[in-house]
Amino acid sequence: MTRRIAAFVFAVFILVPVSAHAIDVRRLVSDKGIEAWFVPDKSIPVVALSFAFRGAGAATDPSGKEGLAEMVTGLLDEGAGDLASQNYQRAVEEIAAQISFDAGRDHFFGRLRTLSAERDRAFQLMRVAINAPRFDAEPVERVRGQILAGLKRQAENPRRIGGDAWRSIVFAGHPYARPTEGTAKSVSEIAVADLRAFVAERFSRDRLIIGVVGDISEAELRTRIDELFGALPAIGKRFAVSEIVPKGAGITKVIERRIPQSLIILGHAGIKRSNPDWYAATMVMQVLGGGGLSSRLYEEVREKRGLAYSVSAYLNPMEHSAIVAGGTATQNARAGESLKVIRAEWRKVAEKGISARELAEVKDYMNGSFPLRLGSSRGIANTLVGVQLSGLDIGYLSRRAEIINAVTLEEANRVAREVFDADKLTVVVVGKPQGIAAIP
Amino acid sequence: MSASLRANAATSSVTQALRRLRLAIGVAALVLTTAPAFVPAAQAAVFSPKTFELENGLKVVVIENHRAPIAMQMVWYRVGAADEKPGESGLAHFLEHLLFKGTKTVKPGEFSRKIARIGGRENAFTSHDYTAYYQTVAAHEIEMVMKLEADRMQNLVLSDEVVMPERDVVLEERRTRTDNSPAAQLGEQRNRILYLNHPYGRPVIGWMSEIQALTTEKALAFYRKHYAPNNAMLIVAGDVTAEHVRALAEKYYGPVPRRMIPARVRPKEPPQRAQRRVILESEQVRQPAWSRVYLAPSFATAEKERAYALEVLSQVLGGGSTSRLYRTLVVERGIASNVRAWYAGDGLDYAEFGIFASPTADGDIDALEKAVLQELAAAVREGFKSEDIERAKRLIIASAIYARDGLRAGPMAFGQAFTQGQTVEDVESWPERISAITPDQVMEAARILLDKRRSVTSILLPEKGP
Repeated sequence: MTRRIAAFVFAVFILVPVSAHAIDVRRLVSDKGIEAWFVPDKSIPVVALSFAFRGAGAATDPSGKEGLAEMVTGLLDEGAGDLASQNYQRAVEEIAAQISFDAGRDHFFGRLRTLSAERDRAFQLMRVAINAPRFDAEPVERVRGQILAGLKRQAENPRRIGGDAWRSIVFAGHPYARPTEGTAKSVSEIAVADLRAFVAERFSRDRLIIGVVGDISEAELRTRIDELFGALPAIGKRFAVSEIVPKGAGITKVIERRIPQSLIILGHAGIKRSNPDWYAATMVMQVLGGGGLSSRLYEEVREKRGLAYSVSAYLNPMEHSAIVAGGTATQNARAGESLKVIRAEWRKVAEKGISARELAEVKDYMNGSFPLRLGSSRGIANTLVGVQLSGLDIGYLSRRAEIINAVTLEEANRVAREVFDADKLTVVVVGKPQGIAAIP
Repeated sequence: MSASLRANAATSSVTQALRRLRLAIGVAALVLTTAPAFVPAAQAAVFSPKTFELENGLKVVVIENHRAPIAMQMVWYRVGAADEKPGESGLAHFLEHLLFKGTKTVKPGEFSRKIARIGGRENAFTSHDYTAYYQTVAAHEIEMVMKLEADRMQNLVLSDEVVMPERDVVLEERRTRTDNSPAAQLGEQRNRILYLNHPYGRPVIGWMSEIQALTTEKALAFYRKHYAPNNAMLIVAGDVTAEHVRALAEKYYGPVPRRMIPARVRPKEPPQRAQRRVILESEQVRQPAWSRVYLAPSFATAEKERAYALEVLSQVLGGGSTSRLYRTLVVERGIASNVRAWYAGDGLDYAEFGIFASPTADGDIDALEKAVLQELAAAVREGFKSEDIERAKRLIIASAIYARDGLRAGPMAFGQAFTQGQTVEDVESWPERISAITPDQVMEAARILLDKRRSVTSILLPEKGP
């Protein structure tokens, strides 16, 4: 049994970068001009590759075809090149490679981990998955069926209900409001031609971001990268996803369900990763509701009052918006009390800021926690991709501590005032909460 | 999130059981000496731990891994929910929460504040057989966390003022995990009925009414009874040396006195003679699900080959997209949207082998059940192709190499072995033993296992009315 549970509204791709002094990060450019960040590591016979197609996430799903990106992730390894579905899967298993794809709202991700002795075949299998997926009828219908069954399975999940409702208020009219997995109707509408178009229009070299770790030479990696990605179009189709300022400030919505515990999701506009105040905001956020077992929300909601098992809040910087979001879950009878305590802490941090001691501690936390990401090859590869997605250069890795240490208390507390506002919270509650009234 | 392995099976959905399965494979696996073609011979030894024991009986395992300047400490105690007295369900897990509440010299919350201050990660987890605590920190901070962990091995201080709010936290945890989730409730009922007599049937988190009756005194009594160096294993992995860890262990854990530890004698299962069936209908369910769990021998209780054969069986039968059940039921017949088999073989006293199937979005659950049982019978009748068994074995063995890609898998494997009746050598020889399993052994294990009298079938359905 764990003492904490994961964040509420979305899975967040956390963009906390690594420090240079811990690892040897190199920037490579292949013969065809494709860039990759690379950490050589021969400590175990494994190679891990992560990549992203920037701006090719679910937000670009055509209207009425929501769930397209998600469906593509399920089908790239279900038949590619000369290999039909079962043969492809068997080929991956034969060499114990691990190939997976993931669609975020903004970006499309691919990951490969292989024993280095099998990397030749593994890279080949990844190459055909992204360059020549088959989308044969049997796997297409099978995966569609799995998504539809999954949607039904999640239909009455309080988190799913709450998350969907919260996003539909805050991002009303924008693609971010739509569920990444789509709806039963939209998933049923997706045709093979849509799947092919998704790949043809979005998998392009101008969108590509690559991180590689492991037991492979720099020279070989350059060749591999050209084999994998060199045949993709140089430029992909442009998709215009509009910017959205979060809406619904001050709204509280209660979705009644006969369950013993009320799920509370809340948040408001946040701050973009490119904003110069990003670091100060991260620090205030960490003090208020960040990870670890000692944030203010954790202390007030859980430790002092025993109101919840999990309570947290975080910044979610997106490409076309930015939010602060958080949540908790409390027995119905005390749900109002939980919300009141969270609001009070939210107000307090905006009005009074954080203390000099808290600032010093959170800087230590941020500087001390980065090497923990370096414990596994996938952790390193994902971090290399994340740093690049944030638009940062390789030199950032050595500047990071300096940037963090330079944040002053005045800055932090100005940003706390500017970003956090208890009256602007959009709140969604699922359950039969006592002491919480809807505010339209 | 660090859920306890058995706690997952006990309290929640099959999805979590599947996650647990993957974890179990990732965790227990090592690399082979008789290596298949793709395993480099030089990699024959994997975790290659250094082990020693302090005079007070604390066992210590050090896994040196200098890849990144970080280190993980885990302390495992041989006590879990199956060691509770009847009527005190949830006590082992409750005490786990209370270990964060301070000692004679560390104030409540100070432990976690110190870990946060250095950017560390920490957590703890409880199963039927074990309770474990861990921190991951920059390697140069390992002394601090060893000092803190050794302190709470003997100096815990509890008062109602901190214990009572934490009891409410655990009640909320129960609501989050179980009471808000029909699948978890079904799993809890299923588990209760799978065990006719053994305490594995008890939910690790405890029954609501029994958690509400737990007290500071009961927690302290449980602590004094089970928390001692001679009932624990310290594991340190990462950018450390065995010499340094030994010196620190002697300094901080060395002075902790031994205690008399009660033997872990638990009620045994009687012969199981009747198949059981649990059905949960809920208005929260839109998509039905079917599963069956068989009581099985564990690594600790089976003749060795039997448990390893079951591990291979779970893979070849329902471990992935090319497994027999997935291929026939999902790909060829299209009657299921998903199907998986899993073996949770780590229990000190018993293990579980399960099959989960999800119908298509508009599918019929009775037809699905019939098809699954037909395919199971056919698999036992016809056997598996040797190439399929070889591929399954290769996958399990390769997970051994991947297990070294990160700090967590090694400590998990040794901690589970220690608390669940296995040895360091068992962990180290895992790939060899998987490799040695023959198709005949897999089939024999399958025939003995698949006895419906030792099973519970559980079905999750939408509300149908009275």
